[in-house]
Amino acid sequence: MKPEDELVRRQRERARIMALLLGAFVVLLFFITMAKTGMNW
Amino acid sequence: MPAIELTSPAALPADWRDILALTKPRVMSLVVFSGLCGLLAAPQMPPFVLGLTAILCIALGAGACGAINQWYEADLDAKMRRTAKRPLPAGRMDRQSALHFGVGLGSFSVLLMGLATNWLAAVLLAASILFYVLIYTVWLKPRTAQNIVIGGAAGAFPPLIGWVAATGHMSALPLLLFAIIFLWTPPHFWALSLFVRSDYAAAGIPMLPVVAGLSSTRRQIFLYSLPMAAAAVAPWPLGLSGRVYGISAAILSFVFIVLAARVLGNRATEPADMAAEKKLFAYSVFYLFALFAVLVADRWLAA
Repeated sequence: MKPEDELVRRQRERARIMALLLGAFVVLLFFITMAKTGMNW
Repeated sequence: MPAIELTSPAALPADWRDILALTKPRVMSLVVFSGLCGLLAAPQMPPFVLGLTAILCIALGAGACGAINQWYEADLDAKMRRTAKRPLPAGRMDRQSALHFGVGLGSFSVLLMGLATNWLAAVLLAASILFYVLIYTVWLKPRTAQNIVIGGAAGAFPPLIGWVAATGHMSALPLLLFAIIFLWTPPHFWALSLFVRSDYAAAGIPMLPVVAGLSSTRRQIFLYSLPMAAAAVAPWPLGLSGRVYGISAAILSFVFIVLAARVLGNRATEPADMAAEKKLFAYSVFYLFALFAVLVADRWLAA
């Protein structure tokens, strides 16, 4: 594999993981807020 | 547009597996487990998501310690066979990225802990990260053979943090859990350092077997296992746990002392002949897992 291809592969992989982590963080913040405000459903 | 220089692997963005490796996931598992046990042994349970967040923050804090530690010790790691394949000494990642990742992760974990649970837990988490990085890694480890003794306090924080995250205050039992890990750390690490001492010697780290010799280290392992056993059993006579924990802790600690006595009696100088030391090291990991698991089971049975 050429170094340029490896660069693009790693950038894509990291972008995907970062998107997943950010999404999970948003979901976590939502549930933390629900728990802190004492909302039950 | 100038061509990108990609001849060195460190010029590429780090692979996510290397970033994960910076956090020392195997060490993190014991930290997470002891933090979880501190949380589960507490008399009151926070909402599930807040408990989960507290454990996540403890894990991220431990990961931050691992990353900053590897940033600081990259040169030393390159000299030791056991650590030479880590991302920084192997040249798969640049040091600055590791530092930014570690500091960012540590700050994030403390902030999230404070916002999600309480600020006492966040302060304790920050103290444990700073203690590990500044007191243990930077100050003690390269200077004194007692590095593990005092530095062990950093690893003893998680059950205390877990408990405080759940309750908002400290009490006798989490302080005893702190004492158990604090006293467990020297025999655990010295058993390891006996059979990898050539690595430590090559890196110039003054671990006890390198500085004081094998027989002195073996004696210290045995001597430390005695107060550790006393601290492990103490919650029972103090009325902080029940009989299930007390008897289990006594049996587990007795086996620990027997294995430590075998290490004391071993005269081997070559790692290949150090079966007793390897057995004690493996058992010490099981010991802490089992002790904390039984404590939680005992508290839940009593409830």
